[in-house]
Amino acid sequence: MTVLVYADHDNNDLKGANYNTITAASLLGEVHILVAGENCRHVAEQAAAVDGVTKVIIADNPQYAHPLAEMLTPLIQSISGNYSHILAPSTTVGKNLLPRLAALLDVQQLSDISGIIDSDTFERPIYAGNAIATVKSTDARKVITVRTTAFDAAAIGSVPADIQEISVTEPSILSTFIDTELTQLDRPELTAAKVIISGGRGMQSGENFIILEKVANILGAAVGASRAAVDSGFVSNDYQVGQTGKIVAPDLYIAVGISGAIQHLAGMKDSKVIVAINKDEDAPIFQVADYGLVADLFKAVPELEAELKK
Amino acid sequence: MKVVVAVKRVIDYNVKVRVKSDNSGVETANVKMSMNPFDEIAVEEGVRMREAGVARELIAVSMGPQQSKETIRTALAMGSDRGIHVLHPDALEPLMVAKLMAAIIRKEAPDIVILGKQAIDDDSSQTGQMLAALLGWAQGTFASKLDFEGEFVAVTREIDGGLETIKLKLPAIITTDLRLNTPRYASLPNIMKAKKKPIEETSPGDLGVDVTPRLITVKVVEPAKRQAGVKVENVEELVEKLRNEAKVIS
Repeated sequence: MTVLVYADHDNNDLKGANYNTITAASLLGEVHILVAGENCRHVAEQAAAVDGVTKVIIADNPQYAHPLAEMLTPLIQSISGNYSHILAPSTTVGKNLLPRLAALLDVQQLSDISGIIDSDTFERPIYAGNAIATVKSTDARKVITVRTTAFDAAAIGSVPADIQEISVTEPSILSTFIDTELTQLDRPELTAAKVIISGGRGMQSGENFIILEKVANILGAAVGASRAAVDSGFVSNDYQVGQTGKIVAPDLYIAVGISGAIQHLAGMKDSKVIVAINKDEDAPIFQVADYGLVADLFKAVPELEAELKK
Repeated sequence: MKVVVAVKRVIDYNVKVRVKSDNSGVETANVKMSMNPFDEIAVEEGVRMREAGVARELIAVSMGPQQSKETIRTALAMGSDRGIHVLHPDALEPLMVAKLMAAIIRKEAPDIVILGKQAIDDDSSQTGQMLAALLGWAQGTFASKLDFEGEFVAVTREIDGGLETIKLKLPAIITTDLRLNTPRYASLPNIMKAKKKPIEETSPGDLGVDVTPRLITVKVVEPAKRQAGVKVENVEELVEKLRNEAKVIS
């Protein structure tokens, strides 16, 4: 069996999530990677270097400069006949693109798989991770997005794979890219961070997130938030960890002023070590925390900063 | 413009979901059901377009058992004009929902269809994108802002790391993200008025769609439970444990 992975990238670098997706793909068969973009040769070379990848297919054209689903699905469809499984990471790009492809192929997609039983059978979380379903697909071809925190990152291999160019498909006039407004981060991205410190409703305001940022700077951590903090307007939505935000599994997750609603736990409960700081000793977050500290966060977090500096 | 919104009846956001003892699924008997939260945002956006005079008609569609009519009634009480109910007793997979929606859309010919970005039961996040594919329409997923300009709509999307704005040719499919709006609560007079609004009933058979499932649920289990750890007395003890016991910081 040969498996195609759609690579999510920014024309400069292959995103970390692809390495985990490649590990999942390797469990199913031989792995080919599709890199569609503009001036994306470097990304193709990065993909070719990953262990388990036997071929990289590149479509380098201005029409693929931005990952528009209307433009990309015909391209993937044009080569889909060669593959038993088509995978993408569960990033916003993968989630936007793959269902459109699945419908064109008349396939019922499997979203956000967290385990592979065999080539037809997969595990995936449902109800915000409160249940794990094992589902068997009866479709001849599978279209799958991968929960990247559930698979290890693939390593760099010894021999790079061949890079093969393919012809572009008819451009779509349905959608055009206008612009992006990316949050400037001088810290690691949430989904890539080894340490995350997140704030919840208990932070009381967006300004107060500065105390978390100070700790993050010492630990080289990313800053996250619960949906309550996003809904209250403290921080923007791309900080959100949880069922409807980002799914993370860092080595250390520090939850500050977060009560621990099931929707938030869904996004972080696979972290290796969880710390909770909350003044309510009955907060559900303490039921999943390895280390709990019942304290006023406005006192405890500056103390934490001082202690870490020692 | 004519606007169609899709609404799904799901287990209420606040209910703690329990896996059935025979591992065939989750317990839905005697459990509070509500409209999927992202679909409330879709209805609200449609109602605001209606109130702003951008939309002249707002139609709410739901699929499922008889009780799905209650979800349509909620959409009508929020301000939708009429409802369409695709009656089907069993769960429908996203591809089948997209096919049923496509059949309705071909008949109703709206300018825009708004759906939630994902349902909080199966967490698939597929239907909107699939519907766009089946109709050959543009898609604006995870939308946090819509700006209509003639034949086009500019959609600001929530993407990893920030926001992206794209311009779509109408007709188009939109799926909602959290910050698009804050849905209203239906007032009592509007709930009363909604009882008189029409709901048309149809079925997969009427719409000519084969809804045979493609996925077989082998089993549904509870996730591995995480054990609660220890409470520490103070920050000093916490940092000591993180350094020397958990060894996650240096």
